[in-house]
Amino acid sequence: MTQSVVVQVGQCGNQVGYRFWDLALREYASVNKAVLVDMEEGVISQILQGPLRELFDSAQLLTDVSGSGNNWATGHMTYGSVYRELIVDKLRKAAELCDCLQCFFLIHSLGGGTGSGLGTRVLGLLEEEFPGVSRIVTSMYPSAEDDVITSPYNSVLAMRELTEHAHCVLPVENQSLMDIVQKIQMVAHGAKPELMVRRNATLSSGQGGVHEVEKPFDAMNNIVANLLLNMTSSARFEGSLNVDLNEIAMNLVPFPRLHYLVPSLTPLYTLADVNAVPRRLDQMFSDAFSKDHQLIHANPKQSMYLACALMVRGNVHVSDLRRNIERLRPSLSFVSWNQEGWKTGLCSVPPVGHSHSLLALANNTCMKLNFMELKERFTKLYRKKAHLHHFLHVEGMDLGCFTEATSSLDSLIEEYDSLDATRAQATPDPPRLRIAT
Amino acid sequence: MSVVTVQLGQCGNQVGQELFDVLCSDALAAHRKTYSTASCERFFHLTSHGDLEARAVLIDMEPKAINSSMTKALKGGRWRYGEASHFSQKQGSGNNWANGFCVHGPRHKDAVEELVRREVERCDRLAGLMTMMSVAGGTGSGVGTYITQCLRDIYPASFILNHLTWPYGTGEVILQNYNSVLTLAHLYQLSDAIVVHENDTVHGICSRLLNIKPIAFTDINRVIAHQLGGVLQPALTPDSNGVYSLNPLGELVSALCCHPEYKLLSVSTIPQMPSSSVPYSSFSWTGLLKHLRQMLISNTKMEEGIDWHVRPPAASGRIRSVAGSSFNTSLANLLILRGKDVYCAETGNFEEATIYTPWLSPAEAFSAWKSPIPFNKYEKSATLVSNSQALLGPLEDIVRKAWNMFASRAYIHQYDTFGISEDNFLDSFTALEQVVSSYRELKS
Repeated sequence: MTQSVVVQVGQCGNQVGYRFWDLALREYASVNKAVLVDMEEGVISQILQGPLRELFDSAQLLTDVSGSGNNWATGHMTYGSVYRELIVDKLRKAAELCDCLQCFFLIHSLGGGTGSGLGTRVLGLLEEEFPGVSRIVTSMYPSAEDDVITSPYNSVLAMRELTEHAHCVLPVENQSLMDIVQKIQMVAHGAKPELMVRRNATLSSGQGGVHEVEKPFDAMNNIVANLLLNMTSSARFEGSLNVDLNEIAMNLVPFPRLHYLVPSLTPLYTLADVNAVPRRLDQMFSDAFSKDHQLIHANPKQSMYLACALMVRGNVHVSDLRRNIERLRPSLSFVSWNQEGWKTGLCSVPPVGHSHSLLALANNTCMKLNFMELKERFTKLYRKKAHLHHFLHVEGMDLGCFTEATSSLDSLIEEYDSLDATRAQATPDPPRLRIAT
Repeated sequence: MSVVTVQLGQCGNQVGQELFDVLCSDALAAHRKTYSTASCERFFHLTSHGDLEARAVLIDMEPKAINSSMTKALKGGRWRYGEASHFSQKQGSGNNWANGFCVHGPRHKDAVEELVRREVERCDRLAGLMTMMSVAGGTGSGVGTYITQCLRDIYPASFILNHLTWPYGTGEVILQNYNSVLTLAHLYQLSDAIVVHENDTVHGICSRLLNIKPIAFTDINRVIAHQLGGVLQPALTPDSNGVYSLNPLGELVSALCCHPEYKLLSVSTIPQMPSSSVPYSSFSWTGLLKHLRQMLISNTKMEEGIDWHVRPPAASGRIRSVAGSSFNTSLANLLILRGKDVYCAETGNFEEATIYTPWLSPAEAFSAWKSPIPFNKYEKSATLVSNSQALLGPLEDIVRKAWNMFASRAYIHQYDTFGISEDNFLDSFTALEQVVSSYRELKS
């Protein structure tokens, strides 16, 4: 059995992380390994005083009272330098507790200062200090209407780090999470009797976990927590077709920088009526390819798949999997050299409250559009040099950081572009080696 | 004479457990003591407490599949794996052949060799070694290939049979084609015979012949186990002088793999039907063998949807006939008949020169083994192990898809990290194009 260490950075990161541990305990009792980093005491002390306080040793915490002021540079450069030794120390201690450390999960948001700036600094440290260990990052991307004005700067600066130093990134958007929560609530409260939703069996439910009172972001954060649980389920529980964590990046990342995977989770809820199982099963597969179930706004069906993983949990068999792949395949466009680009997993243990579930991770060129939008929002600010001085005043920060970050984003977009270009042309098979007979 | 089996990776360990299950229940159900004894001796070690322990070593780079197989065996109550006969690590091979072959293999070589040595030493006489693995993942394929290399070095005089499971063509693992190419290219130099089962084919058998719904991997594995059992259980061979053969692997290899360029063997079994129907069905050898032969020459992998229009090319002057394009030419065939009235079975239709490539006479190309004991509850059953063009299509698909991916250099950085370079890939492609070309030429 391998271990993973979860590193939660910033307010968002810690709130999501907190939900993760709550649900993880509910699903699988094990020793926690986490390092919590925040530059504001509030969130962390809440965790420390809450019901999960037993879980976290104060030795794993790192807080500073002042916060990063929504400034990536403050998080990355200032705090990054000041706390470097301390952070590395905490990481080492967590790693030493592990028998066989396989992966670091980093949870943070991109729009702010701590999660974004310090979080990506931590990412770099993880690469330096533990080069053989995978780095899977869950990043909350800011929506267009984000209330943090500098979020485009913070995000683009962070993106460069993610592209260079992460093995794979699971991008998530608050708006998508909100939409899912609303959908669940509509069904849960809408109620024709045959559509009664089973209590505590929704993607956003935290019931049955340690922390009973639900706070505003809890429902949304539970969804992200479920993403991480489903991703690791096949490494934790047995099944007829296991998927170890290292297999995910291995199969889904054809070129090192193209490692942004669109996550979809289904089902959103389990109906109380258990008799409709077979229809629900195929519906579950269809839903995984519907925009309503994605954790980020994107349109993969209109773009091209480079690779796609289907991680199934529960009472689902290989024939169900094959049947649905064959059924859905014609409506999807896969890159010419990966026409059968499916990575599949069957884990016997379903999530709490469900009989089965499906996590789809898609490496798809549609992410290009998200990145282009981000670039645009960035350019709007940068053109006018709005708020730039806050960043440039930070020691270690200069315009070069901005130009490097934009150029990294540009070349990422270009890589997606050149793959998309192949979609239009019918590529003939490359000529094979000839054998003299 | 005993066979030691090395089960590698999740697939190898799952299929292996089903295989030993079939072998054990068939051996214990047989009403002839000579057969039971021969079978048990071949595959199991009898402990001092009277328990049957499989002559097997279980290898995986992470523990879940091994634990599950060992538990399943114990639960069945009739046989089990040796308590110390397994080796696992904590972290898998990540579906990367290079990780399996270049890193895990060498790292754990000593431990694995020791386990195999212990099993071999428990055998009075070693008939040979069999490895079981898939080609799609990282451990079975990569570590499996490396271990085969080690076994070849340690036991140069022993027969090594590699059983491979090929994945669904519609994609189970994205790297499956790379892993398959690297495995097959390397194994071709090391193995005496490569027996292949394809998930697609076996899935078809489960759905169309056995009416299983839904189909789980356990069902797939049981069909493979049934077919392999039909090959490996004791039988009387032309060379065995009226007793059950003491050299099954050797005789299989010499019957089928006389040429180093032709090592790929496919397996077909007839009849195959839902177990509930078996007691109510009865067959004639003539009917069974007629269907089986047509399955062979029309390259149909099961007795459903057989194309009866396919005929061998006209015997006179070896003119290439119009029907030639869908005709499956054989290099060699081994027919194993088990059950009632087996000595009355006529196998003449498998001995016609027209179904074989011209450079072997039918007498050299065809062999028949027989056993009067019904196998796995079938009153009569026939297993055909064939060295023919049956696997050419699937092999070409694998090479084509792998080559397309290689041309774009996708995922190559993942292999490079663990020690397999572009040049290594090119060598493997070259080797397989040679195999493809050899099998394609069997037509003339």
